[in-house]
Amino acid sequence: MTTEPSPITTRLEGEAPEITVSLDIIKRGAYVAPVIVAVCAVFAGLDGVFSSLYGMALVLVNFFFAAGLVAVTARISLGLMMGAVLFGYLARLGLIFLAVILVRDASWISLTALGLTIIVTHLGLLVWEMRYVAASLAFPALKPKKNA
Amino acid sequence: MEALAALAALTGDEAKAASAAGSAGFAYGLAAIGPGIGIGYLVGKSVEAMARQPEAAGMVRTTMFLGIAFTEALALIGFVVFILIGL
Repeated sequence: MTTEPSPITTRLEGEAPEITVSLDIIKRGAYVAPVIVAVCAVFAGLDGVFSSLYGMALVLVNFFFAAGLVAVTARISLGLMMGAVLFGYLARLGLIFLAVILVRDASWISLTALGLTIIVTHLGLLVWEMRYVAASLAFPALKPKKNA
Repeated sequence: MEALAALAALTGDEAKAASAAGSAGFAYGLAAIGPGIGIGYLVGKSVEAMARQPEAAGMVRTTMFLGIAFTEALALIGFVVFILIGL
């Protein structure tokens, strides 16, 4: 007779692929930052520059928090990981809300540039990253480089 | 009651702004529910897969992380609509 594995007691050891993926996303975010800042500067001026930098920082920190939460809790228990991801989702949305509410009346903020930067950066970086992710057993995070 | 009295005392433009802020907040709340359900389902199935096949956990975690991020984009779109209309 076999027993079903319990997600409460199962935990995962070893490398955390989501940390690798999120660090790669942050690296690509640094590459693309000048383009987004330049576009925002064209239609919103200096306010657009600051707003887009703020928006990009929010998105990249959000990615890293999400990955860190999964990586830390997966080492403890899969059940804890599930709870942490769900409450982490709420907490991260709350933090983004707070971060925007705090600066909404600042003289240097352009809400249009900030909002568009958040959406474009988040979706754009994810779609870009999809090209480099290897969903295989041999390479769980990123595809190996050609010269490796 | 005082809040209702304050609402009744609003002029046309103020009432319109208050209504827009209320609607935007409501829309943001609605926009956050769908991704919440989606992330719950996604992570639940991933946990099931990892518990059954721990050797495939790395692959499942990568896919799960990307799935969470894509699902969260829906909530972020709702949030951006909220800040553009409601703030």
